[in-house]
Amino acid sequence: MGTGDAGEPSTRRADERLSAVGPLRRLLVKPELGALVGAVAVFAFFAVQSEVFRSARGIANWLDPASTLGIMAVAVALLMIGGHFDLSAGVMTGTTALTVAIVAVEFEQNIWVAIGVSLVVALLLGFFNGWLVTRTGLPSFIITLGTFLMLQGLNLGLTKFLTGTVTASGLAAAPGYGSAEWVFASRMTIFGAEVRVAVLWWLLFTALASWVLLRTRFGNWVFATGGDEVAARNVGVPARRTTITLFMTTATAAWFVGTTLAVRLTSVQANTGTGQELIYIVAAVIGGCLLTGGFGSAIGASLGALIFGMTQLGIPYLRWNADWFYFFLGAMLLLAVLANRLVRRYAEAARR
Amino acid sequence: MTAPLLELRDVGKDYGSVIALDGISTTVRAGEVTCVLGDNGAGKSTLIKILSGVHRADRGQLLLDGQPTAFGSPREALDAGIATVYQDLAMIPLMAIWRNFFLGAEPTRGWGPFRRFDAARAKETTRRELAAMGIDIRDPDQPVGTLSGGERQSVAIARAVHFGARVLILDEPTSALGVKQAGVVLRYVAQARDRGVGVVLITHNPHHAHPVGDRFLVLNRGRSLGEFAKADVSREELTRLMAGGAELDQLAHDARAPVDLIESTYRRLRNGR
Repeated sequence: MGTGDAGEPSTRRADERLSAVGPLRRLLVKPELGALVGAVAVFAFFAVQSEVFRSARGIANWLDPASTLGIMAVAVALLMIGGHFDLSAGVMTGTTALTVAIVAVEFEQNIWVAIGVSLVVALLLGFFNGWLVTRTGLPSFIITLGTFLMLQGLNLGLTKFLTGTVTASGLAAAPGYGSAEWVFASRMTIFGAEVRVAVLWWLLFTALASWVLLRTRFGNWVFATGGDEVAARNVGVPARRTTITLFMTTATAAWFVGTTLAVRLTSVQANTGTGQELIYIVAAVIGGCLLTGGFGSAIGASLGALIFGMTQLGIPYLRWNADWFYFFLGAMLLLAVLANRLVRRYAEAARR
Repeated sequence: MTAPLLELRDVGKDYGSVIALDGISTTVRAGEVTCVLGDNGAGKSTLIKILSGVHRADRGQLLLDGQPTAFGSPREALDAGIATVYQDLAMIPLMAIWRNFFLGAEPTRGWGPFRRFDAARAKETTRRELAAMGIDIRDPDQPVGTLSGGERQSVAIARAVHFGARVLILDEPTSALGVKQAGVVLRYVAQARDRGVGVVLITHNPHHAHPVGDRFLVLNRGRSLGEFAKADVSREELTRLMAGGAELDQLAHDARAPVDLIESTYRRLRNGR
């Protein structure tokens, strides 16, 4: 591979236009390829210069921020492939985390009950977003911006009202905390490094999302709904149901991450998650998702999250100023968008 | 002779006070191509919508296998084996050919939560069905957007035939295509016909209709100018009918008038009068 696409001997009927579709070109339309190249390059860049970065302990360190971000990025990527955005995804991790803490502590419930209540809240929020978007036909960008701001206000207002402060704390004393900690926040030793369980969940969710996307009917509907909703509906794809399911999936991911944060930290700030929604979208776009929908990959989004995690910890490992982090992230995003543009042009170019 | 797959008897349709279609009768038989010809505004689109279940006829009868029917929705028409390939084709450019081919009707395997899209079977079926129509695609994995207009049209026809269409309605399949591509599409129309499908070919181009059609229904301003069997009508006659017949003769006559005037004046001058 890598020898270029020229001179591939054709065994089939000769077509003078065929030589252009060589193996290299075909590989280029894989949405996650750019993110893979980017991840390898970023890893090499930091690993060469920092011994800590490439040690087992260092790897476990940068996998941690990548994992919670990655779980969200994968769900957001599915939604983006389906043609929509969810700006409320970040603040929703705060809403769900606060719900867990407040129901368990203020209402003195078993933590599993609190986690269940939190899931119901998340599913309702996701359904509300999806229902409103499909019902009105308005851009999801503006509708979820509305729910984002509303939730931000609710998070602060209700937390202050119920706890008297801007922090919901004391979760460690709630009944059932031990088992919840085992599921959401335990650590295990792999190759001498302590790895958080969230990393395993992240890998599992990435595999699951990728399987659903590429190997189920629903996945086909997601691509179709994002690619051309009217055409999809004409051939019998339940586009509205697909969209609502995607919004509920994003909300469920937010619930999982929110619960992980609550159980890990045992106290939750009322502004948790605010501002993260754009980072999820950045990871999904670096992973090859088109902003216009219909194209992208779950594995790519995870690689985007990985790049984020490596950069976030790699920069302090090199003793650089942490301010450079956002510059770096922005540059990656621009590169990814430019690469995606080429891919789309190639894929949509009709030869009449 | 068996009953035709689909028969229209004196069908009419109004939009408010506008009579879009009136007194239209025709038949669609298995293994035959019925061409509907007409200029813009002739009522071709309204006729498609009645046949494909989007609209109901206000007057007249629609007979399916000799039985009077009325389709309440496009789904009902589809279930009865009447498939329509619209101009915009209902295909997603960014998706692979095989994914488009089975969109909305994906074959699955496995059970319960492990039920999955049978990709291997879908790819193989796509390749086989396209090959059976004589369509040589390079790779079922390539996005539909990379296909030419004619190839896309052909994939849409193959898809309809695969999903058990008995009647295939094609809405202007050649209108956006070059001469060569149009010829390719017409060949696939003939392929579908030879596989026993009853084809309704809607077009405004008699040069495309005449080679493949078995019968021709010519529409003008919502009314039928007549239905002809292939043996009874030439391509030139079809063109003349479509262009409005008598109107064209009048135009030729009007064009002739100044010439006559010049000739008679010249004659008079020469005779010294």
